[in-house]
Amino acid sequence: MVTHTEARHGPAGGGWVGLARYGRRHATQLATIAVGLVIWLIFVAGAPRTFLSPNIYQAFMSTTPFFALVALPLTMVVIAGEIDLSFPAVMSLGTGAFSFTLLYTNSLILASAACALAGILAGLVNGAIVAGLGIPSLVATIGTQFFWRGVVLVGTGGSGVSLVPTRGTAFYSAMVGRVGGAVPAQMLWTVFAALLMALLLNRHRFGAHVYLIGDNIESARLMGINVRQRKTALFVLMAVAAAFAGLIASLEVTYYWPTLGDGYLLTTIASVFLGGTSVFGGTGTIAGTLVACFIIGAINAGVVAIGLTGFWTQLIYGLIIVSSVTLQTVLSRRLT
Amino acid sequence: MTRPGAPPAGRDARKQREPDAVDAPDLLRLTGISKTFGEVQALQGVDFRVGRNEIVGVLGDNGAGKSTLIKIITGYHRPDRGGEIVIDGRRVADLTVARARALGIETVYQEKALADKQSLWRNIFMGRELVTALGLLDLGRMRRETRRLMSEEMGFTSAAVTPDTAVRTMSGGERQGVAIVRALYFQARLIILDEPTMGLSVSETQKALDFVRGIKRAGKACIFIDHNVFHVYPVADRIVVLDRGRVAGEFRKAGVTLEELTRRLQQVAQTGSLDGTPAAQG
Repeated sequence: MVTHTEARHGPAGGGWVGLARYGRRHATQLATIAVGLVIWLIFVAGAPRTFLSPNIYQAFMSTTPFFALVALPLTMVVIAGEIDLSFPAVMSLGTGAFSFTLLYTNSLILASAACALAGILAGLVNGAIVAGLGIPSLVATIGTQFFWRGVVLVGTGGSGVSLVPTRGTAFYSAMVGRVGGAVPAQMLWTVFAALLMALLLNRHRFGAHVYLIGDNIESARLMGINVRQRKTALFVLMAVAAAFAGLIASLEVTYYWPTLGDGYLLTTIASVFLGGTSVFGGTGTIAGTLVACFIIGAINAGVVAIGLTGFWTQLIYGLIIVSSVTLQTVLSRRLT
Repeated sequence: MTRPGAPPAGRDARKQREPDAVDAPDLLRLTGISKTFGEVQALQGVDFRVGRNEIVGVLGDNGAGKSTLIKIITGYHRPDRGGEIVIDGRRVADLTVARARALGIETVYQEKALADKQSLWRNIFMGRELVTALGLLDLGRMRRETRRLMSEEMGFTSAAVTPDTAVRTMSGGERQGVAIVRALYFQARLIILDEPTMGLSVSETQKALDFVRGIKRAGKACIFIDHNVFHVYPVADRIVVLDRGRVAGEFRKAGVTLEELTRRLQQVAQTGSLDGTPAAQG
């Protein structure tokens, strides 16, 4: 979006120069999309019957949102030069709060409020430790990850809660129903979240400050940006999104497991980096992360569909992540 | 930081200072400002003032407290209790960066204050982004303003540099230009230059000094921090010498020659005070 205006106002005019400049600026994102296309073509060639029917895409749209909803705000956290490793536990904490509140009060409204509050609380704790006390987020969120998981396990005694009573409610349809009988509602939530995050990141002062904090935190402070407040807001946003994603994942299977979130940690983080966000902070896009989430989400099903065993999945994850991150780095070094 | 056995020379020097004949309240007046970092006392009871349309040069070696002083004036550091900051005759108890900027105090930091990977326009409007009525960023206006500033103020003519160019691709002089224009754009009344000539070529240094003269002509005030007396002397109205966290002395340019000032500075470096000679004040 940014570059369209740029090309129009650019002294050299649009055309090839504008296109080249667009390519340079978005090299990493274009590389991600290219990788995604190549993988898709391999899958289509390897298992045309599966990959040319809508069913497989319906499956992607139903399961990818579980971690895409978290990867989107995590992108902003990483752009700001921080990381949040506590989200798997927060997914479980938020959904646990939802499930038990529902169990005892039978009120979807109270349960949803409990879920949101749990997310806000977890985010505020991370924010206070990282932004307030200045403890590196890598360490702080490893700690809170264990802590919240422990809270959940102690609180539930390790047993889950059935969410079957939500079935048939408007709430259930709105969260994980099939819109028009085909598109999973969580996919629409993901698109909505992506648009909201992109708006926040590219069209709001909040996002402008996120980029500046990640690029040069000292200069951001000198220029009067309230770094503490911005970082705290990022962690709250992140934790609320995690609680929401946990809820979606649990409603899809109508059961809440206290171990919810386990297994999402590395795939989610991988999606952010695969999407071209720099580990050093200061650069990254929402669109890149969204595409990367669907690449990661497609690999598992794709590997099985083209006739390999599920054991291949991780090997191929590794290959794709390493090769595309290498490609991105080489490209951005050459082009800028 | 304090040297045992040394007489409190800075304090005596301050008492002898000639009063300045300025009628209107000073733009900025600091009284008894101290700042301690852990066990290090970076500033000790510093008095400092800037008149309207006055160019004040601040000289001092590394560790003299120059940076701490300006970071207090810009609201980045909170001074220790007991001192007083008065802007426009009004006491400001809780000075923050945002408050200082709102009061018209702008700082051109060494080039470290730019966000390298970000575009020119993001750097110009850092912390003060323009927004539309809806509260969203006004990208079009920020890009247009940046383009105008580039051609009118920074003298960028190359077609390769656009408002969307990342500042890491620019030269030291160009980056200095970005930092200066950023300060000027927002109607500053007091512009603080933190070692603006550091790392610049001879011609770029001249440009920076011309810029200080431009501030004087525009009727604004300036604090010009440097450790090179040959850069400060030609453009300053008054020169304040900091040494080890204290004001070691100050000179009106009219009362001291460059040779005399240079000799005195060497004396400060050796003894920590200007009082080694009978004629202590210029």
